[in-house]
Amino acid sequence: MLQADRIVPTVCPYCGVGCNLELHLKDDYIYRVTAPFGSVVNRGNLCVKGRFGYDYIYHPSRVTTPLLRKTPQRAGERTQAFDLEEWRLVTWDEALDTVADRLVEIYRRDGSDALAVYCCAKAANEDNYLLQKMFRALFRTNNVDHCTRLCHAGSVVALQQAIGSSAMSNTAAEVILSDCFIVTGSNTTENHPIIALQMKAAVQKYGAKMIVIDPRRLELCDYAALWLPIKPGTNVAVFSAMAHVIIKEGLINQQFVDQRTEGFDEFARSMEKFTPTYAEMISGVDRNLIIAAARMYATAQRGAIYWGMGISQLSQGTASALAVIHLALLTGHIGREGTGLNPLRGQNNVQGCSDMGGMPYHYPGYMPVDDPANAAHWERVWNVEAGGLNRRRGLTTTEILANVHPGGVRSLYIMGENPMMSEPNLNKTRQHIQQLEFLVAQDMFINESGAFADVFLPAASWAEKDGTFTNTDRRVQRVRRALAPRGQSRPDWEIICDLAKRIEARLGRSNSAYWEYAHPSEIMAEVSRAVPEYAGVTYARLDAQGLQTPVWDESHPGTPYLFSDSFPRGRGKFTPLEFIPVTELPDDEYPLILTTGRVLEHWHGGTMTRHSKLDELYPEAHAQIHPVDAAMLGIENGQAVRVCSRRGEIVLRAEVTEKTSPGVVFIPFHFAEAAANLLTLDALDAQAKIPEYKACAVSIFPASPAELPHQEKRVPRGRY
Amino acid sequence: MTEVNLIIDGVPVSVEPGTTLLKAAEAAGIVIPTICYHEACTANALCRLCVVEVEDWRVLAPACVAQASEGMIVHTRSERVERSRRTILEMLTSAVDLSESPEILGFLQDYAADSQRFPGALRREPPLLDDNPMYVRDYAKCVLCWRCVQVCADDAQYTFAINFSGRGFHTQIGTFFDKPMPETTCVFCGQCVGVCPTGALKPRREWLLEQGILPEEIVQSSRMARKQKR
Repeated sequence: MLQADRIVPTVCPYCGVGCNLELHLKDDYIYRVTAPFGSVVNRGNLCVKGRFGYDYIYHPSRVTTPLLRKTPQRAGERTQAFDLEEWRLVTWDEALDTVADRLVEIYRRDGSDALAVYCCAKAANEDNYLLQKMFRALFRTNNVDHCTRLCHAGSVVALQQAIGSSAMSNTAAEVILSDCFIVTGSNTTENHPIIALQMKAAVQKYGAKMIVIDPRRLELCDYAALWLPIKPGTNVAVFSAMAHVIIKEGLINQQFVDQRTEGFDEFARSMEKFTPTYAEMISGVDRNLIIAAARMYATAQRGAIYWGMGISQLSQGTASALAVIHLALLTGHIGREGTGLNPLRGQNNVQGCSDMGGMPYHYPGYMPVDDPANAAHWERVWNVEAGGLNRRRGLTTTEILANVHPGGVRSLYIMGENPMMSEPNLNKTRQHIQQLEFLVAQDMFINESGAFADVFLPAASWAEKDGTFTNTDRRVQRVRRALAPRGQSRPDWEIICDLAKRIEARLGRSNSAYWEYAHPSEIMAEVSRAVPEYAGVTYARLDAQGLQTPVWDESHPGTPYLFSDSFPRGRGKFTPLEFIPVTELPDDEYPLILTTGRVLEHWHGGTMTRHSKLDELYPEAHAQIHPVDAAMLGIENGQAVRVCSRRGEIVLRAEVTEKTSPGVVFIPFHFAEAAANLLTLDALDAQAKIPEYKACAVSIFPASPAELPHQEKRVPRGRY
Repeated sequence: MTEVNLIIDGVPVSVEPGTTLLKAAEAAGIVIPTICYHEACTANALCRLCVVEVEDWRVLAPACVAQASEGMIVHTRSERVERSRRTILEMLTSAVDLSESPEILGFLQDYAADSQRFPGALRREPPLLDDNPMYVRDYAKCVLCWRCVQVCADDAQYTFAINFSGRGFHTQIGTFFDKPMPETTCVFCGQCVGVCPTGALKPRREWLLEQGILPEEIVQSSRMARKQKR
């Protein structure tokens, strides 16, 4: 029986739930993970990733020495190097001097627009704050973004427009206080497992009614009062039809609409045409289900809405999210416990990375970059000369890559992200990345994107550094160093400070933006001085327990739920909506709709989970196909199939299942060898710039088993 | 609501109606030993270690589920209670491998339990089950506390992958039709491992480490070594 050398309390690095963990270590090896039963976030519960998914830290493929490419890479001829043979092991000095030299060279030659950076929703607040500070204060560019663009950008823009704040309005655990809640575009069971447990408990133990609105027959449907099987990309029609019913049947909360909203009349006129019959024609959902769902939500005492990427990852992502938000504004189901508008954030720290200014339009604290007062504020904080900071909005994640060309973006610094797995239309992404003049990857493994880099900077894992994550319900929690960084790897914040000092020296600026932090707590102290929402966030307080932002001062207790008296923009704003179909509709040649997503056992681009035993549990991609479609195409369960879109094709195994709807194919995007994003479409939402991952047209053909990238015997699994 | 007044080991206690004797004793500063009871699980009064003597009751009361009522006089360390607990512990140790249950081993000492009281007892020694990448199941160490079944069911996970199988001495925690874990509804959340008090459920990597296998070897032993197509 092992005795732990130490047990370290920390926070899970996977999804946005932010489960509290206790790591049991023996000789720097995490051999067991438990969760405190008293934690308000997860009450002792964990999912498979949180309980068992940390062995990647010890994987022999992990890079723990700085690397330089042996063959110099040139724009247009950039290649991928997965094999360590193609890299030279170098010292930190050589690696960081190379990065500083090349970035400064490009900056001097082409100016600030030539540089761009991807922050990282998996890294800590402190890491991200410093990375955007480095690019903004030193290189004077706002080409700063991260994967929030690819997940909830549509929700963020819509929420900002409608109420002026883009985070979850309530605490996840409040779901047990709702008597009716809608889950839409979210496979919560697999993607926010611990919140799903709370949802199931709300139904089973607290008598709440759950309405699932999703193209797939999710596991949550087992617990739902209603399931509306919607065609991908028809959210606006269904939610607007619900608004239509609520208005027509007089179920609106008139007092709320009068006192706390604006634009109702014009909005109500735009809802006239969204009859349930019209919505049924567009979405395929029985009109009676739409009417029943509208009544159930509107007549609830405490109604809440939880949504995921199925709302935002569309070319109509912003409109879809607005259609959802309107329901809360009509019924007043917001601003009280157990109500609210709750976009479930994907990554452990996507909320925090956004809070820390990892976005092209905002400084930390969502201060727009194009407001001179904000620029002046940050010039003071960062010792930048007056007028020094760039006042123009930068490029978004997808725009950064689309603008890689002479005269455009020349260099990209990637901290922890993997665009070669996560961007839509990967063949095009590959061409863009190949055109870069200089690419830096700061990561743990040489993933599909890092393989293109000139310089690889080995970063410490989350268990090897101190910091904070901000979870989906705005809870800032302490991440604690449990073991020493492996090999020569260093925490991200240390790498950035070291590099920034070298860059600053080369630029010869008279003032230093300040990089002499001895500990991440000093970085957070700088954040709390400059960002009002984080003013009361200190490590001393966080050591006791997490704090939900906004925390206005050192004695403020934090904010479990938002908008009790007003919205940040004053009144909630209704926006008239039109239904616009997805960009690529199925046709004779590509008759099925592909929708992408995730599975319980894996995480996004797979950098972590595919270097873990989790991969043994779920080793290969499956294309879920409805039995009706499978019969027509002559495809059997487990058979090899080729899935083709206008942009690419992949071969993988078919899973014939009623978990998807007729006409809809589902493929998870974790698997490099059958990358779903080779198929997806790079159409963007006009406002939010989020790609349309959730709907593109594909065709499916039987393939030969020899073509399967994964030849081992199929692992039988009995889970839903 | 009016409080309920009772006397536990001579100490007068007032508690909310519905409070269990276990909690009422806790309020009086009296610790009652438990095995199957867990704060986060539904109490089922299975192990019976928490029994107490209530005056005028015919049988001993399991404190984890028996509720306090007005005027109760409770003895948590009476001779009858002690004898009952000792017998339970002696039966457990005669049949189950308690080597990784430090709490129960402590109780054995506290109650001066004789591990040789039932020398001819049949031991429960089913083979260790290593059928998935995440955790192993060594039911020779299982005391049938039911916590794992509870958290797999509606105490936490709503997965219902495991339950009791068999009857009497042959009772064991198992999957339906004894299927390997991956083929059941199991989602490998490991909640069962988190509440297991005896080391019967254990992360596979912890089990491998105990056998002297190095961390590097543990992670490499997965199928990750396979050729990855790019």
